[in-house]
Amino acid sequence: MRYIRPLSIEDAVGELAKAVGPAAILAGGSDLLVRMKGGFVEPELIVDIKRIGGFSDITETADGFRIGAAVPCAVLGEHAALKKAWPGVVEAAKLIGSKQVQGRCTITGNLCNASPAADSVPALVAAGAKAVVAGPSGKRTIAVETVPTGPGRTSLAKGEIIEAILLDKRPAHAGDAYLRFIPRTEMDIAVVSAGINLTLDDKGIIKTARVALGAAAPTVLLVEEAAEALIGRTLDDGTLERLAKICSGACRPIDDKRGTIEFRRKVAGVLAQRVAATAYKRAGGK
Amino acid sequence: MAGIAVSTTINGDGVEYLCQPDETLLDVLRDRLGLTGAKEGCGTGDCGACSVIVDGRLVCSCLVLGAEAEGRKVETIEGMAHGEQLHPLQQKFLEHAALQCGICTPGFLIAAKDLLEKNPSPTEEEIRFGLAGNLCRCTGYDKIVRAVQDAATMMKGA
Repeated sequence: MRYIRPLSIEDAVGELAKAVGPAAILAGGSDLLVRMKGGFVEPELIVDIKRIGGFSDITETADGFRIGAAVPCAVLGEHAALKKAWPGVVEAAKLIGSKQVQGRCTITGNLCNASPAADSVPALVAAGAKAVVAGPSGKRTIAVETVPTGPGRTSLAKGEIIEAILLDKRPAHAGDAYLRFIPRTEMDIAVVSAGINLTLDDKGIIKTARVALGAAAPTVLLVEEAAEALIGRTLDDGTLERLAKICSGACRPIDDKRGTIEFRRKVAGVLAQRVAATAYKRAGGK
Repeated sequence: MAGIAVSTTINGDGVEYLCQPDETLLDVLRDRLGLTGAKEGCGTGDCGACSVIVDGRLVCSCLVLGAEAEGRKVETIEGMAHGEQLHPLQQKFLEHAALQCGICTPGFLIAAKDLLEKNPSPTEEEIRFGLAGNLCRCTGYDKIVRAVQDAATMMKGA
């Protein structure tokens, strides 16, 4: 096994592209090191991306925020402007693991680990976040929901690295939120979860909506029908009821020790209602 | 295999070591440097017994590679007391009997130190939340929380 710590994205991509055996990207290591210890992965090359310029920074640009791939979730929670603009994304990122894990884990890692139950991913999908991917043939910017393709699998090609996550600048009357169900009070894996992002007009009518469900299918679900049910309305009881019904119907969950199919369907609807209410309130709706 | 040459700072002292690419910082601390305060409870980041502070961040040293410590500042339990002078948290853990078997204690002390440095007046809820990444099977946590509260009061008075 070889460990390298490149200082440029070109070097990192070059090393990954020419790697013969299995290669792994190391940012926080809170998934990778556990999987290595368990014998689930045996990389021949570990590329530590934390010293690459810009990878450990959150920058505010004219278009919004650029969150480097190696920024720990704890740092997201300490960034006042990011928290104000995207409270749902930050609250989702802050739910991952203990304080010790928060000091290491990253939203890019959470995305690339491709767990259906990843906490930050539904919030990022709802937020319409983009991933900047660097690879042997250059850079591309893709919607985050196109990254995970199944449990543990991503659409990234050999040699490709996500260098940052982009979040848009917020217009007036915008709000997002994230909630998950876990049987404990803290530090657990989502049984089912929901992230919703809304923008409203001056009168509190929903102008745009994105609704995402986690742990409800092999990948995070972007439920467009649920968004359509919200757009053009306020959050009255009828709208909330339709939202829950659509979200429950959109789930394709599994039965496992953490929850049954029936339970996940039901809770997905309940969470969507609660998350929508929080997002609506954060957007200034009454 | 010679290993990776790492130059780092541990408890304020410059330290150099060689480690293997898959060797964790916890293994380096314990097996190469003789700093056996940090314990391996789970080895998967769940129990917090291996907690150390790296560049001001509380982390599980079992989830950090030894090679990653290059150029960083690492703080371990061995650096907490000043000679014979115990840190207020250590003193209060003793007074409140906030430990029984002691395996989790170095991790709790480091996590509590990090907590009080960032939040000198935590509420009970903030203490319980802040220490939730550390598991203890002996004390039932209550004595630990009381010790941290008492230490916080003492440190503010100092």
